[in-house]
Amino acid sequence: MKEIRWHGRGGQGAKTVSQILAQINLREGKHVQAFPEYGPERSGAPVRAYNRISDEEILVHSGVYHPDIVVVIDETLLESENPTEGLKPDGVLIVNSSRSEDEIRRTTGFRGRIVALDATKIAQEAGTGYPNVPMLGAVVAVLGTDPKIAEEELKETLSHRLPPEVVEKNLRAFRAGYEAAKGVYVGG
Amino acid sequence: MKKVMTGHKAVAEAMRQVEPDVVAVYPITPQSEIAEYYAQYVADGIVRTELVPVESEHSAMSACVGAAAAGARVITATASQGLALMVEILYIAASMRLPIVMALANRALSGPINIHCGHSDAYLARDSGAVQIFAESAQEAYDYMLMAQRIAEHGDVRLPVIVNLDGFTLTHSSQVVETLPDEEAKKFVGDYEPLYPLLDVDNPSVWGPFAMPDYYFELKRAQQAGMEAVPEVFLSVQDEYSRLSGRPYKGFFEAYKLDDAERAIVVMGSTAGTAKVAVDELRSKGEKVGLLKVWLWRPFPRAEVADALSGAKAVAIMDRALSFGNMGALYLDITSAFAGREGPAFVNYIYGLGGRDVPVEHIVQVFEDLRDAKAGELRYLGLRE
Repeated sequence: MKEIRWHGRGGQGAKTVSQILAQINLREGKHVQAFPEYGPERSGAPVRAYNRISDEEILVHSGVYHPDIVVVIDETLLESENPTEGLKPDGVLIVNSSRSEDEIRRTTGFRGRIVALDATKIAQEAGTGYPNVPMLGAVVAVLGTDPKIAEEELKETLSHRLPPEVVEKNLRAFRAGYEAAKGVYVGG
Repeated sequence: MKKVMTGHKAVAEAMRQVEPDVVAVYPITPQSEIAEYYAQYVADGIVRTELVPVESEHSAMSACVGAAAAGARVITATASQGLALMVEILYIAASMRLPIVMALANRALSGPINIHCGHSDAYLARDSGAVQIFAESAQEAYDYMLMAQRIAEHGDVRLPVIVNLDGFTLTHSSQVVETLPDEEAKKFVGDYEPLYPLLDVDNPSVWGPFAMPDYYFELKRAQQAGMEAVPEVFLSVQDEYSRLSGRPYKGFFEAYKLDDAERAIVVMGSTAGTAKVAVDELRSKGEKVGLLKVWLWRPFPRAEVADALSGAKAVAIMDRALSFGNMGALYLDITSAFAGREGPAFVNYIYGLGGRDVPVEHIVQVFEDLRDAKAGELRYLGLRE
């Protein structure tokens, strides 16, 4: 079983992409869970969301304490939230940042693998403005999920709520995020 | 078809398939999305239900009583303080033998105010006369919402049925849920034949009359007969549903690796899933541990639970609500079932109040502590002291 913890700020879509990721993983035949952490959430406040992905039925209903992947959608949370807490030493830290992986390592003290991608810039270039979708692409890469399956699901889900040209922009943002993280694999 | 959905959506899907005549509901966290989904179905013309957007839960249950007495099929949903406000009328619904189905998104009662899971709302309605069922997962919540309709409406029962699902842990978490095709679900639930509907003006009937010392007692005894009819109906509805869905629902509770267990846990709701993981972990080390997950809490299957636990040496009974001044309610249910017979050493654990998380390690620790259980002890799991 793989466990993921997302760190974002209210309004950045951490919860939304965690749910889309669950749909992607179901589409590839996995068992899944996705759930946000509920506090006094409001726009701009730190929020967390979680995923569990497994080949077997998922029975556990507790929080996630030792994630395999930590995703930081908002870089400012690196200082205020201690997002690497509990992250497995052989896990992967994925950060939306224009800084280098070495700089992030110095900030966080995390000794495992780090993926830094400028998801904000990717989203701006794609014309969507939301860094959560490129971050989803990065997670799909690190999980080793078939990107075709992921794109099919993303396209289907977004098509319910967005016009085709905006869906296409999101798919571009997703692909760019995927490419930025390709090559780092969380394993097993 | 298997889909990722929240517990809310799973309940709303079951409601859509039942398509009751009336839904009277007032939004409250963590139930609100059930009401929102259903209101959307009504607005989109997907269902022909009369949605009554009331000004409080007291009015919601009152509208349910009126509609059900008129002959309508009725569903509602609430949580915590909302149920507290409903309880006055819930007792009346049960006494009028109205088959109202309710999803209860379990949330700890105030105070202090809290929005997270606890079973104190369900416990508040323990003696209301409503049948109470607990779901472990969004899947079970969906399945039992369909089964609840059949149990509530059965001629021998005719009582409100509450389907409990843990607030946030199940309501707001996305899980894999397999739903029945609409036509199969509708066929299973069937058409509703109301009994003495008020709207049958050619055959006038009296509902909710005054009953003085001459009849009150007899009416309450008759209500108890409705409860006594539940177990047989519950099993037959489960049996039919299992064959239809392919998911095995058999019995008032799920006995998980319990047969040869020396140490066991009894729990209701989503924590049962976490407890299964703990059981598997300890079983893989050769430890004889097991779990009894209660589905049907009211009426309580005393004899069957006692039989299932009689082989264990020590049992931890877990209550997600305090019963101030006494042991937890589930503990009392089970230990009283052992009156006059030899039983295991029982320990009571109060756990998870106000959404306090229950990780697998905590359950493993409970099993560990059961090695030298002091019978009759009241413990607190996950409490900072």
